[in-house]
Amino acid sequence: MEHSIQIEETIDAAETRLSMEKWLRMDRIPHIWCTGCGIGLTVSALVRAFDKLNLDPDQVCIVAGIGCTGRVGGYLRVDSLHVTHGRAIPVATGIKLAKPELTVVVIGGDGDLMSIGGNHFVHAARRNVDITAICVNNFVYAMTGGQVAPTTPSPAFTNTTPYGAYETALNIPSLAESAGARYVARWTALHIRRMSNSMMEAIRKPGLSLVEVVSPCPMYYSRINRLGEHLETMKFYHENSIIKHGEPTENLKIDFQKQIIVGKFVDKPTGS
Amino acid sequence: MRVLRIPLDLSKHKVPQGEVHIIVDRCKGCGYCIEYCPNDVLEVAEEFNAQGYHPPKVKNPENCLNCGLCEVICPDYAIFTIQIGEKEAKLATQK
Amino acid sequence: MPPKSRTALKEKANPRDVFTGAYYIDGDVATAYGAIAAGCKFVGGYPITPSTEAAEAFVRRAPYADALFVQMEDELASIETVLGASWAGKKAMTITSGPGYSLMMEGIGFGAAIETPFVIVNIQRGGPSTGVPTRAGQADIMQAKWGSHGDYGVIAIAPDSPQECFDLTIKAFNLAERYRAPVMLMADECVGHMTEKVIVPPADQIEIENRKAYQGPPGRYMPFKPDRDLVPPMVKAGSGNKLYITSHLHDEKGYPVEKSGRGAFNKRLVDKIRLNADDIIDITEEDVEGADVVVVAYGIASRVAYKAVVEAKKEGIKVGNVRLITVWPFPEKRIKEISKRVKGFVVPEINYGQIAFEVERCAHGNADVVLVPHGGASVHNPEDILDAIRLAAKGKGQHKGTIEFETRLAKRIFPSGLKPKKGEGE
Repeated sequence: MEHSIQIEETIDAAETRLSMEKWLRMDRIPHIWCTGCGIGLTVSALVRAFDKLNLDPDQVCIVAGIGCTGRVGGYLRVDSLHVTHGRAIPVATGIKLAKPELTVVVIGGDGDLMSIGGNHFVHAARRNVDITAICVNNFVYAMTGGQVAPTTPSPAFTNTTPYGAYETALNIPSLAESAGARYVARWTALHIRRMSNSMMEAIRKPGLSLVEVVSPCPMYYSRINRLGEHLETMKFYHENSIIKHGEPTENLKIDFQKQIIVGKFVDKPTGS
Repeated sequence: MRVLRIPLDLSKHKVPQGEVHIIVDRCKGCGYCIEYCPNDVLEVAEEFNAQGYHPPKVKNPENCLNCGLCEVICPDYAIFTIQIGEKEAKLATQK
Repeated sequence: MPPKSRTALKEKANPRDVFTGAYYIDGDVATAYGAIAAGCKFVGGYPITPSTEAAEAFVRRAPYADALFVQMEDELASIETVLGASWAGKKAMTITSGPGYSLMMEGIGFGAAIETPFVIVNIQRGGPSTGVPTRAGQADIMQAKWGSHGDYGVIAIAPDSPQECFDLTIKAFNLAERYRAPVMLMADECVGHMTEKVIVPPADQIEIENRKAYQGPPGRYMPFKPDRDLVPPMVKAGSGNKLYITSHLHDEKGYPVEKSGRGAFNKRLVDKIRLNADDIIDITEEDVEGADVVVVAYGIASRVAYKAVVEAKKEGIKVGNVRLITVWPFPEKRIKEISKRVKGFVVPEINYGQIAFEVERCAHGNADVVLVPHGGASVHNPEDILDAIRLAAKGKGQHKGTIEFETRLAKRIFPSGLKPKKGEGE
């Protein structure tokens, strides 16, 4: 059942555009992401979330790992750290504990944040450190050429599973909830405005919040598995994603080319 | 469905009129704005931009309602809309 | 000097594993083919540029050779899984690059301490930390020897072409099995991504070695009791021997001990390689007799240096060429011998001086040592090496310390404002 969403006021869009540009390093646009990549949409949503929350750019800190998603730090005009592979969450923990008035956002891919950084994610959720983690899930390690990731559904083809992936795909919201995260949501790259609202809620909420963004990877995942390119993937999300707020997280696994359940799943009061 | 009655205060309902601006050289030709525009304002241009992609081109400028979806859904910050006034609302069933 | 290892089982490669033919492939893929030909049955890896092509080539051919590839969740898991596979009886390998190599150091020390044979392929890349993933570097070469904490011995091999990547991977596995030690294949991104002709010979021309098998009764096996060549025979898990293998300091039975006295365990780890060095060291020399200047290099730098050597010979300088195929153990005796007869060594490396200091140490002040450094992310300019050769030829051979040659690149990027004090090099 769909909750009603707030209708956004149609404000003068030119002002919106200029205020977006204050958050971006315009000398580095156009960015390096492929045509139709969901990371561009994630950054767009994140910047709008920052803007709507009226955050001071000097008090925001972005920590990103290695990979396609890790490049986000280079395009946002805030203090950004581009750290080694998988270690974004411990670095963010250090920043937040040393200077609690900063707003710290961690951005990473599914390989960076959940594979090599999986250990760190679980413990950060237990520790309930007040950061927001945005995990862009494109089901592969894209930057290094399309290797299998912990979220790759079976039996998809990737470069290191040329005969089909065989491991159980990780259910990220379930992992986050059982580790103790306070806010868990998942959206696809197509649900751009809802994703932006979710990011707003996640940043505003104290405690560890996770927003998972299911994103197309036109270069590797979609192409190797003969799923078309970016536009076909977006159409697939349009037809096959279903919004179910509050769904129990154990039902949320993503199978190969099957339904994707999106929405806000966990929104617990902090401190419990 | 045939319209049997027109609301008496139709002329009081105004919708915004938007104008689409495209930053042509930033576009990477993904086609999201063309595909997801609710009012079919854009189409693929024949020309190439400096990066070698086909950017969008405005097809029906009078249809734009400044909803801003193209601006939000562009991954490359290459398109935006501004509001240039208001116009009368049209019933969906009228041509 | 311990006798050569006698009972390591030598045999010809399995024809099913050898993809005989002439190929046009890059160094990464050649490494994977070499590993399969050597009988490697397990690779635990993690994607890292520039070595992912090796893992991908391995996984594509693995089912035909009855081998297994598992992509682990990170490099720490990769190295530990390789150790487990090796103790279960299979030849195992992992493939990584600079940042992954640093992560694996604990596992390498562990593997050396429990005397596990395994191979690590490190396709070196530029820069500390994430560095330049897509460009060459050679700055991990000291880390190969001293990377993990504590005392242990390793063997490091540096190929300089895709054909050598194939051949030396087989040699790496043979040495690992012979000495029950870690062997590092220190390639670099340039060699790894270079596409050249590679000829894979028929299986009966490839010789592979297996680990020494234990011949006595089960139950009386002591996993760390060495033979006369300092290498213990090995069994695999599940063969009735009730192994106890611990990373703690242990005695010959494998039980932990508190003092390093009986058995002198960690001294043997170092001696195993150091005293067998003559058997392991492999260098190629050209025109060293009667030379005034000798160029000592390894990996891709040796290929670039070759051009400089050819040009220098045209100018009449008497130049010799030593290429290190095994970098560790370092050929100390040979360098010391050569140093007595030459005016100077020239050491081009894609780092700021690592093997150059080894050369200086072994030269004992008998000859100059001119280091031609390079920051990484590309290869040397042969003109720089040629200028360094000219500088070494003019020297008197009595210099104490390494002269750091200022390359054109360094002059352009870092104009030297800081001059070293007098007497500390030029």
